[in-house]
Amino acid sequence: MSLAEPAAAAQRAPRPLARYAKPMLGLVLPVGLAIAWEIAVRMGLSDGRLVPPPSRIWATLVELAATGELQRHVLVTVSRVAAGFAFGVAAGTLAGAITGYSALTRRLLDPTLQALRSIPSIAWVPLFILWLGIFESSKVTLIAVGVFFPVYLGVMGAVMSVDRKIVEVGRVFRLSGTQMVRRILLPAVLPAYVIALRSGLGLGWMFVVAAELLGASEGLGYLLVDGQQLGKPAQIVAAIVVFAVIGKTTDWLLSTAAAPFLRWEDRFGARA
Amino acid sequence: MTLAISHVGKTYANFVRAIDGITLDVAPGEVVAVVGGSGCGKSTLLRVVSGLDNPTQGNVALDGDAIRSPHEKIGIVFQEPRLLPWLTVADNVGFGLADRPKAERAERVARQLDRVGLTDKANVWPRELSGGQAQRVALARALVMRPEVLLLDEPFSALDAFTRVDLQDHLLDLWADTKPTLVIVTHDVDEAIVLADRVLVMRPAPGRIFAEIEIALERPRDRQSAAYDFAKRRVMAALDRSLERKAITDDGETTSEHGAQMWW
Repeated sequence: MSLAEPAAAAQRAPRPLARYAKPMLGLVLPVGLAIAWEIAVRMGLSDGRLVPPPSRIWATLVELAATGELQRHVLVTVSRVAAGFAFGVAAGTLAGAITGYSALTRRLLDPTLQALRSIPSIAWVPLFILWLGIFESSKVTLIAVGVFFPVYLGVMGAVMSVDRKIVEVGRVFRLSGTQMVRRILLPAVLPAYVIALRSGLGLGWMFVVAAELLGASEGLGYLLVDGQQLGKPAQIVAAIVVFAVIGKTTDWLLSTAAAPFLRWEDRFGARA
Repeated sequence: MTLAISHVGKTYANFVRAIDGITLDVAPGEVVAVVGGSGCGKSTLLRVVSGLDNPTQGNVALDGDAIRSPHEKIGIVFQEPRLLPWLTVADNVGFGLADRPKAERAERVARQLDRVGLTDKANVWPRELSGGQAQRVALARALVMRPEVLLLDEPFSALDAFTRVDLQDHLLDLWADTKPTLVIVTHDVDEAIVLADRVLVMRPAPGRIFAEIEIALERPRDRQSAAYDFAKRRVMAALDRSLERKAITDDGETTSEHGAQMWW
């Protein structure tokens, strides 16, 4: 009894340190490596020219931010991803919903879309540049194509796998077609939809880099190319770090925005 | 509100004749139990009556109104609760009342939840309910619509014995409120006798009504009484006989291979 009591008390009110310790565990490896590298360069074990130490990357970031250049590039890249994501999600959702709902449309459209999906999307670049020019439209289109397929597949699969028994409940309550979609199908596919959006967003970030590497005068991808051509590895790593931060942030925003609608989920990953 | 089932047959697309020539009139407020071995078409019959499936022969009518699709006066409770996991318990119960004013909906939901004893669960997600609680919510969801006919498809078969007996009594209690017509499909003979005014025994391949047994016992029924036992024996005997044809076929198969081949 005397042994069990303190253990139970600890379980009820975890110490603040313990509460934050678990998420912090993931930082040990990257932060440890960064510090080790910084020390190695400071001690003269390496000149850090090709692999710049964290302090030099930070200095580059600060410098870019001070001139307002960083903000401009970030803004351009983010707006490209946003536009491409919006178009890709709209088209992917529509196509996925229609093909998931109707077997006829699925037989009609799905083989073509699957064939298009198997084309490496970068292969479209020359064609898009011919069709749409070298400015924004071709880049946004490329990103939209990248976003389209995971969203399309996710939505189609989700609609097709909605539990027939739940749909029958809708029929018993004599829901109309649109009511059935709004009150049964949409909520039922929402968890899978959020996952599809997140993988679509991930691909959007991948494709924006491809688009910007292949010819751009601004954007984070341009910073990469510029850093390569002018031999500034710190700038390349700085751009990569910014990509990672923004990519992770947008993904977090998406899943956080969706979380209130998914509180009902009864799943393995939701346990404490 | 007489439920009239006349000469109903259902053949599925794969040519399986699930039920055939079923004729049955159920009086308003009557409780009818349908029992039979598995695969005898009990559930098919219930789905046809609910309007979820259409018969290939004959028709079902509620007060002369042919049932070809789900009807507002016919409710159904399935073997599984089939609650919508994204709605709270209260919203699940009020699912069919979406077109009613908010105040009326809230009031009816609260009253029905009170009747099934789950007022304290109104705002939890279905995942937090036990099996028995979930099935009570499913009952409440059907009853809140004030159906004239309530169909129950093996509603308590997935529950443990104690919960099942509990819910059978509870169902009778709820039934007494508005006395809807109940058609309950079950493979539990005790359940049929506790609940029903009339027990229909079905025989398989294709499903037909084999016997009809009146249960003229006062409610609440004493599960230990001699009269209850007698009724149970009558139903059991009819069930045995309903499966007889299959027994003979099995016999034929073992004694004469050639004959069995001919039969198949």
